[in-house]
Amino acid sequence: MTAEVITITSGKGGVGKTTCAANIGAALALTGDKVVCIDGDIGLRNLDVVLGLENRIVYDLVDVVEGRCRLRQAMIKDKRIPEFYLIPAAQTRDKTAVSPNDMVELCDRLRPDFDWVVIDCPAGIERGFRNAMAPADQVVVVTNPEISAVRDADRIIGLIEAEEKGPAKLILNRVNFDMVKRGDMLSGDDVVDLLAIELIGVLPDDEQVLVSSNQGIPVVFNEKSKISKAFRNIAGRIKGEEVPFLNLEERNDLLGALGRIFRGSNAK
Amino acid sequence: MFRKKTLSASSAKDRLQFVLVHDRTNLSHQDLNNLKNDLIEVLSRYVPIDRKAINISVEQDGRHQRLLADIPMKTISNRRR
Repeated sequence: MTAEVITITSGKGGVGKTTCAANIGAALALTGDKVVCIDGDIGLRNLDVVLGLENRIVYDLVDVVEGRCRLRQAMIKDKRIPEFYLIPAAQTRDKTAVSPNDMVELCDRLRPDFDWVVIDCPAGIERGFRNAMAPADQVVVVTNPEISAVRDADRIIGLIEAEEKGPAKLILNRVNFDMVKRGDMLSGDDVVDLLAIELIGVLPDDEQVLVSSNQGIPVVFNEKSKISKAFRNIAGRIKGEEVPFLNLEERNDLLGALGRIFRGSNAK
Repeated sequence: MFRKKTLSASSAKDRLQFVLVHDRTNLSHQDLNNLKNDLIEVLSRYVPIDRKAINISVEQDGRHQRLLADIPMKTISNRRR
C-alpha cells in the first residue's frame, strides 16, 4: 500500500474546505479504502468537530511532530467506518509549530499503511498552506460561485502551479441551481471557463450539510441525500473512475418525481 | 416587466475575467496603457500606423495569458498593388 496524499485547499476561508475534507475522506473510506485525515489548521482546529470525534482527542499533530507520542496514539479511529482515522490539529499552538518538512516526513510514515491521506488545509497562503502543500500528490481546490471565492481560488491555483503541485482539481460548492437557471449565479461551466482546471464536483447548497455538522455526522453517511451521492461521486473521480455528473437541478419532491416519470427518465 | 436586463452571473463572469488577467500578469490598467504608448512610439519609427485603431489586450488562454496587439498599418497609396 502506498497512500496518495490529497490536500484540500481554497485560499478563501468559509467556502467549505473542512466539510469537503471530512466528506471526501469518509467517502473514500466507504469504498473500502484505508484513509487518514489530517487537520492542517493548527490553532483553529475544526475537522474533529465536523467528524464528531472531538471527545476522543488525546494527542495531536504537534505532539507527533515534537515526539511526545507515537504516531498511532494521535490517530483517532472513526468507529462508524472500518478504516477511517483522524489526526487532529493542536489547538493551543500556531502554524509555525510544524514545518513543511515535518509534514512530508509524517506523510511518508503514513503512506505504507494507507490508501489515502487527506489534508485539510487552513485558509490563507502562509505557513499553514505551505505545510499542507508540501506532501501533496494531488491538490483539490474548493470554491463557491462568488467572485471573491473564485478570485482567491485563481490565486491559489497559481501558487499550486508555482510549487509544481498542479494541475489542481476543482470543486464548486454551495451552488443554488435555481439561481444558476435564472442567470444570477455562476455555473460550473462559468467557473471552469475562468479558472481553466478540471472540475471534479459540483455540490448543491444543501441544508443537510449544516444539520450533519451539528450532529457530528459527515453528510456522506446520509445515503438518501443528493449531496451524499455527489461526495461519493467526487471520491470516485479522485480514485480515477469515470463518473458522470449528477443532474442536481432535478427536484427531489413529488413534482420532480412526476416530471421524471413524464419525461421517462429515472433518477440517477 | 421586461426580462431584458444584464444577468448578474454574466457581469460577475466579465468582471472576474478582467480581474484575473490582471492578478495573473501583475499588469495594472495603467501598465497596459504605458505599454501601449511605448509600443506605438517604437513601431511608428518604422511603419506608419493608425494610432486610434490600435487595440492591445491581455486575453486568457487556459491558465496562460496572451498579449494581443492588433495594429492596423496606414496604407500608403503609391505602394498599393
